[in-house]
Amino acid sequence: MSINLEKTFQDALEQVKTWARTNSPWLIHFNSGSCNGCDIEILATLTPRYDLERFGVKLQGSPRHADILICTGPVTRQARERLLRVYEQMPEPKYVVAVGSCAISGGVFQGCYNVIGHIDQVIPVDAYVPGCPPRPEAIIDGVIKLLKSLEAQEQTA
Amino acid sequence: MQKNDQADKFIIPIGPQHPALKEPGHFEFTVDGEIVTGATIRLGYVHRGIEKATESRTWVQNLYLLERVCGICSHIHATAYCLGVERLAGLSVPPRAQAIRELVVELERIHSHMLWLGVAAHEAGFDTLFMYSWRDRETVMDILEGLTGNRVHYSANILGGVKIDVDAEQTKTILQGVDFLEKRTHHYLDVVTTDSAFVQRTAGIAVMSKAVAEHFGAVGPTARASGVTQDIRIDAPYLAYEDFPVEIVLDTAGDLKARFVVRVQELFQSYQVIRAILDKLPAGELAVTMPRRIKENETISRVEAPRGELFYYLKSNGTDKPERIKIRTPSICNFGTVPALAAGHQLADMPMILAGIDPCFSCNDRMVTIHRPADDSQTWTWEMLRQYGISYYREKER
Repeated sequence: MSINLEKTFQDALEQVKTWARTNSPWLIHFNSGSCNGCDIEILATLTPRYDLERFGVKLQGSPRHADILICTGPVTRQARERLLRVYEQMPEPKYVVAVGSCAISGGVFQGCYNVIGHIDQVIPVDAYVPGCPPRPEAIIDGVIKLLKSLEAQEQTA
Repeated sequence: MQKNDQADKFIIPIGPQHPALKEPGHFEFTVDGEIVTGATIRLGYVHRGIEKATESRTWVQNLYLLERVCGICSHIHATAYCLGVERLAGLSVPPRAQAIRELVVELERIHSHMLWLGVAAHEAGFDTLFMYSWRDRETVMDILEGLTGNRVHYSANILGGVKIDVDAEQTKTILQGVDFLEKRTHHYLDVVTTDSAFVQRTAGIAVMSKAVAEHFGAVGPTARASGVTQDIRIDAPYLAYEDFPVEIVLDTAGDLKARFVVRVQELFQSYQVIRAILDKLPAGELAVTMPRRIKENETISRVEAPRGELFYYLKSNGTDKPERIKIRTPSICNFGTVPALAAGHQLADMPMILAGIDPCFSCNDRMVTIHRPADDSQTWTWEMLRQYGISYYREKER
């Protein structure tokens, strides 16, 4: 029986990468037309009562350092191009969480002339957090569920 | 907002996605070394077209749409709209409903000012104050949630009154929370006026004289920090502000420190008003019935949002939908001051100067028509507009 050393090494490297990614994901937040309600709740998740950072999560300024894109709001015609650009600047593998009713369906802004629609009409979305706005606990739950699903994917792969 | 043609200068573009603020706005700072010589702001990334959308929704549906103009000051938008619609329909709202509306307005002001205090401290690199103020802000969020059932969009208003009531147990919780917050606010006032590292970032920065504030039409705490005596709660009392008045908070320094002091001092006014309302809450009904259709009429509605004067113009046409709703938010009035104040400061001061006006982009991104004097009027044909657009974008590419 021959052992494929190359393959074993690659598998081990992948495991280390997944371990690192799911234990310390960096987030980036982009508002593509939101009313601010979801944004302040996302910010509230970082503050002492909710403290998202205990899961190793860090809110990051640059898309080039980020693993997860958190989107809020419907997509306006002005912001569409920027949303795509931010998404394209993120390194692979990348994940998207849509936070709030507007990000999921356009919400109350459906039919406004400058609103294209919801996030997954523009970029692929991995997790949805409903609510107007979702509570900070719900946002944390959404991010953690995404991380759990990444671990599960790795085990089945 | 300000055209800048100095091609040989170094321009730093920031945004619309940027780490400083959570909302999209594009800024271009012309710099000479570290010193900013000019600033250009491009807004409109969150323009959704709400004013037009109101025309295809009923009066009741619009209440929920307009509450979502802004997530921070949502109740005040709904209140301004309700006050206007009730005047159009000729309703007289019960005093208990007006007092409860005022209670929620003041609780919202506390949440908004504490949020701003944290964000502005974060821009200064003072993350400790950011964490403390947001921790304490959870107290008022709990009160609002207990009172209305939601943390952000409270939906306390209905056309003709309110849908929530305050009972004895809630009164006790609110008073306890307010006592705690008042104690903390004394501490924050102490921090923003005496912490030497923080004062170096704020004292004497972005000084706006009273004349400049009036010239740019600044409103709210930004204007009051420059000594402009303007507060709609006092100038034209609405809701129950005649029975439960506030005192105006003024500062004449006009710098960033003054804006911190004015906003923190305003918190004390809010605490005092909340106590007064809970002490003498009028008895009676919570709401009156609102007709579905409103006959042709027009009105305006002015209220004091946490950021300044909020103005609504409403026109009805006899159906169950409005003919026109125009919203003028405080942020757009204050934004004009930023390019004027930016020149001559260090690039590192820009986030603070911007945060100093407490900008709210989602409120802000409305359509604005610039009215020119009569002798300057021009008629542009479609073809002329098209040509202008082509040459504008060609120029921009070059």
